[in-house]
This record gives sequence, C-alpha cells and structure tokens, in this order.
Amino acid sequence: MNFLVLVKQVPDTEKVKIDPISGTMVREGLDVTMNPLDSHALELAVSLKEKLNGSVTVLSMGPMNTIDVLRDAIALGADRAILLSDSALAGSDTWATSLALAKAIEKLNIAFDLMICGEKSTDGETGQVGIELATLLNLPVVTYVSELIELGSNFVLVKRSIEDAHEVWKAPLPACLCVLKSVAEPRLPTLAGKKTAMDAKIEIYDTESIGINREEVGLKGSPTRVVKVFNTKIARNCRIYADKDILEGIERVVGLIKAVRDGEAK
Amino acid sequence: MILVLNNKIDRSSFELLSKARKLADKASMKLAFLLMSNSKKDVQQLARFGPDMVILAVHEKFNRFSLDPFLSTAKKILAKYSPSIVLAPATTFGRTLMPALAASFRTGLTADCTELDVDEKGNLLQTRPAIGGNVMATIVTPTHRPQMATVRPGVFEIVEHRKDDVQFIEERIEDLSDRCQLISVEPKQAGARLEDAKIIVSVGKGLRKKENVEVAFKLASLVKGAVGASRAVVDARWLSHDHQVGLSGKTVKPRIYIAAGISGAVQHLAGMQTSEIIVAINKDRYAPIFKVADIGIVADAYWVLSELVQRLERESDESGG
Ligand SMILES: Cc1cc2nc3c(=O)[nH]c(=O)nc-3n(C[C@H](O)[C@H](O)[C@H](O)COP(=O)(O)OP(=O)(O)OC[C@H]3O[C@@H](n4cnc5c(N)ncnc54)[C@H](O)[C@@H]3O)c2cc1C
Ligand SMILES: Nc1ncnc2c1ncn2[C@@H]1O[C@H](COP(=O)(O)O)[C@@H](O)[C@H]1O
Repeated sequence: MNFLVLVKQVPDTEKVKIDPISGTMVREGLDVTMNPLDSHALELAVSLKEKLNGSVTVLSMGPMNTIDVLRDAIALGADRAILLSDSALAGSDTWATSLALAKAIEKLNIAFDLMICGEKSTDGETGQVGIELATLLNLPVVTYVSELIELGSNFVLVKRSIEDAHEVWKAPLPACLCVLKSVAEPRLPTLAGKKTAMDAKIEIYDTESIGINREEVGLKGSPTRVVKVFNTKIARNCRIYADKDILEGIERVVGLIKAVRDGEAK
Repeated sequence: MILVLNNKIDRSSFELLSKARKLADKASMKLAFLLMSNSKKDVQQLARFGPDMVILAVHEKFNRFSLDPFLSTAKKILAKYSPSIVLAPATTFGRTLMPALAASFRTGLTADCTELDVDEKGNLLQTRPAIGGNVMATIVTPTHRPQMATVRPGVFEIVEHRKDDVQFIEERIEDLSDRCQLISVEPKQAGARLEDAKIIVSVGKGLRKKENVEVAFKLASLVKGAVGASRAVVDARWLSHDHQVGLSGKTVKPRIYIAAGISGAVQHLAGMQTSEIIVAINKDRYAPIFKVADIGIVADAYWVLSELVQRLERESDESGG
C-alpha cells in the first residue's frame, strides 16, 4: 500500500512579516516547522505502512528551507521526500499551488493508493489545497476525516465528523483524505530516525524539470490578489472593577445577566 | 451572483442570503439561490431573503453531502448561468464543495471571509483574517470568473427582504454517480449551540484546572447559555473543540460574552469581539482582554464565576418560594 502525504512548511505565526507590495507573507529567513495538522496526516500514513507494508512519500512545495521539514518527515518514518521549489512559485494562491502540485505528481509518476492532506494549514488557513489538488487529479475525496476505520486492498472506510453528525463513508482507491487531528497522534522522532534523515536524499525539482509554465504559477498564475492588509483594532471603554469594587462589579454583571435571560431589553 | 446551498438551511445560510441581497443591490446584479436538496421544502424559506431567482436541483442523493454528485450538479448549473460571483457558507459543506468547484473552473477562491463588498467594477472585495489572525487581508479576483468565496458563519446580520416576483426554476437532474458510498450516520447530540446562545460563559487557562470548568457549565445552565473556551483550554483537553471560540474555532455574537481567565489573544478576539456586551474576568489588570471589554473584573476567575452562580441561585430560590 503506497501513501502520498502532502506536507506544508509553516512559519512561526507569531513572527511573520508581510511584503508591503504584494501583500503576501515573507517566508524567507524564518524558522519553519511542519504544519501541525500535516504531522497527524503523516503519522496516519506511517502507522498504516508499518502494518500493511508499502511506502510513504511526502511531497511539499515551498522555499528551499522546506528541506528541514522534509528531513523531519523522514525522521518520522517517511521513505521518500520530494520538494518542489522555484522562485517562480512564490506567491502562489491555492489554485496555483494545487496546479503545481498536480503537475509534479503527474510528471514524476508518483504512484499511491491513498493521498492524505491535513485539514488546513496554520498560516494559509484555507483548507482548500487538498481538495483542489484532488479535483485536478480526479480523485474521490473525503474531507473532515476523524478516523480511518479500515483500509482494504481497493477501498478505504473512514469516519467523517461534520456539524451535526459522524458519518461513515467508503471510498474506492486511489482516494484523497483530508484529515482532522484525531486520526493519529504524531510520534516523536527516534535517534535512528534522525540518523536516517541526515543522510537521506531529498529530491528537489524546479518548474522546468516538472514542465510547469512559469506564467501559470506563482503570483502571476494566481487568480486572487491581496489588495489590502490592515489591522483591526476595536477598543471599548472598559469599566474596571478591582479591589474593593469587585463585589459591585459582580452585582452589575448579575443585573445584566438577568436582564438578558429574562428577555427585558438592555 | 449565485449562492450555493444544500439542504441544511440554517442561520449561516440566512446570514449569507441577507448579505448577498445587499451586495447584489449595490452592484445591480441579479441574485440567484441554488438549492441542492432531497426535497423542495426549504424553498419558501429562501424566498424570504429576496432572491431574483431560486434554482432548484432535487435528488435523493442530496440527502447528505457527498462531493461527486454535488460537484457535477453545481458545475453544470454554474456553466449554464455563468455567474460572476459564487458564494457559499463556510460550513463543512461549503468548505468541501467550493474548492472543488473553483478548481474545476480554474478560478480563485477565498476561504472563510468575514467581510464582503463589491466595487463599482463588480469586483468582489473579500476580507478575511490572515497570518494567524494577526491582520486582515482584502482579496480580489481581478481577471478570473466566477469570483468565489466561502463566508464564515456568525458574522452577518439576518435581514429579510420581501420580493414579489421571485422566479422559481427547477433544473432536471439526470443520473448522478458517486464514487463514495455512505455507510452510516450517527447524529451528534445537540447541546446548547454556541452560535445561538444569548449568553456565553467562556473559559481560559486562568480557570487553573479542569475541574473548575464545571462552574462555567453551572452558570451557563442557570442563564440558559452555552460554554465557550479558548484554544489553550481545548489544547489542554479540558473541553472539546466544539467549544472553541476564535480564529480556528467559532465566531459568536451573543448579547453577553463572559471571558473568564482568558488573556485576549488576537486569535481569540477574532471570534468574539463583536459580542454586544463583553465581561472580562482576569487577575492581571493589564491583560489585553480588558481592551475589548465593557466590564472588567480584576479577580480570580473561578471565584467570580462561583459568586455569580451563588447569586443567581439565591435569586431563583427566593422567587421560587
Ligand atoms: C493560527 C492560530 C490560531 C488560533 N486560534 C485560536 C482560537 O480560535 N481561539 C483561541 O482562543 N485561541 C486561538 N489561538 C491561540 C491564542 O493565540 C492564545 O494562545 C489562546 O487564546 C490563549 O488562551 P488563554 O487566554 O486561555 O490562555 P493564556 O494565554 O494562558 O491566558 C490565561 C489568562 O488567564 C489569566 N489568569 C491566570 N490565572 C488566573 C486566575 N486565577 N483568575 C483569573 N485569571 C487568571 C492570566 O492573566 C492570562 O491572561 C490561535 C493561535 C494561532 C497561532
Ligand atoms: N505548499 C504545499 N505543499 C504541499 N502540501 C500543501 C501545500 N499547501 C497546502 N498543502 C496541503 O493542503 C492542506 C491544506 O492547506 P491550506 O489550503 O493551505 O489550508 C495542508 O494541510 C497540506 O496537506
């Protein structure tokens, strides 16, 4: 059974800077880690591989420092790591990202039974790339997967968690799953794993080697444009109750609560 | 402009319908609602929000959402009507269908917008929190059509709009195939829904320990409210993710929001700062939450919640006999 896990590198969201001209994130020169949700996706794939045999490939599109994240993936049990990296890819929105990833998968002939993506990335927060990519590859998709119940030779049975229910779905292979945290608890890398990762070869491709037209991807190929970035500050005039006024504050809150609970306006 | 909906018509749909009517008026666009459902029963409800047109696609497969049948139907209908804007609620339905639709039409999609506007050229201005909620970004789709966005539940007001000449069109759906198969459905138990509660008691790490969260439930049940939480509380597994308020949780807008032991990180504020009255309880006089609060109590959160419970219980005892 072969697995393809899509992992994204994300910056430490507290320290991010924004390019004032393009309005996109400046990713260079920041510490990066694997998108936390993708580490659950990876763990699911690795634990299934250990049970069923086969291999786990991780694929990522990002700047060169993504190599560190891919090494981590190998330390955690991935067998093959592929990075798609090119300055022409910078500023890609979800469409351009999905297009580039789809072309890489096709060109490199990456064979898999199950493609697994995280629910969303902590920086982009769109949760769109997995679904757009699967659509381009014409794969059946199940989103919001909370548990993998069974993986057969030609089907996968999963639990899906949505607003009002848990559903169980059966999808034929190959398929794409967009998974929630609960699918698997990521392990810590072992010393042996870290050693393997140090010597592991990370395959790196650029747009030319994949045959991607540079106009189709990156900022140029992205249908969406960030036109404005701004801070929202709403400050209210807070009446503070401290020290000897605390009980007065509590009384005031009781009054407000009763007014709302009992339906008297204001 | 087309709004894409499934049979789960609820508040989030009504909010979006209300907003879309305003946008359509501003841009002098026609507004259509596309309802993909297993029955026609919700059609009249939709008409209350003033569409120019309701497009109906009825099929038993639309009973529960699955990507294949919804995607093929929506694709056909969008191709037929060529809307310049396509919107859907950012529910698990909209957040699954819309990326697949956007990829099919090779266009852009903005996820989880919290504000929408149109400019004089008919460009949709899509605003959403970005970069971990640290800033807001406005996004446009200048050259691709349709312009697509999902819209976060809980941010727009519900406004009805009477219109006499709503046109109803039923689109015929032929065979629908689905590569996936639904095996079973187990409904989740419905607690007091955070999104609908008039009073929310929200807890943060300042409650000090898991057992202390119980007092928030007591208070919430006394006031017929619901319990919210910060991410730190959810990460510590004191409460499930359903309770999380904020950027990666729910957006709420109750009459009263009580933030107990919550520091007030931007990501939390993103989900509650438009509440009508905000009460903050924090032992740190300089906690950022006080900047967005109307009433601040500088004290131990557990103690204050317990006091509120006691006082409200006393009241009900007295009035009860
Ligand atoms: C991409 C991203 C998305 C995020 N999404 C969300 C989200 O959706 N929702 C969310 O809430 N957070 C979110 N966060 C996390 C957010 O940044 C904060 O870490 C989180 O809100 C902090 O929770 P807290 O206030 O409970 O805990 P803390 O930051 O630990 O604050 C505890 C507060 O309690 C006070 N306190 C301590 N003891 C007491 C006491 N005895 N009595 C009263 N007060 C006391 C302290 O003064 C402090 O202000 C997100 C972060 C990122 C990067
Ligand atoms: N640049 C990327 N490279 C590889 N996988 C990605 C990339 N961007 C997003 N993904 C995958 O798509 C999921 C959703 O990401 P997003 O749409 O950015 O929220 C992530 O959890 C990843 O599995």
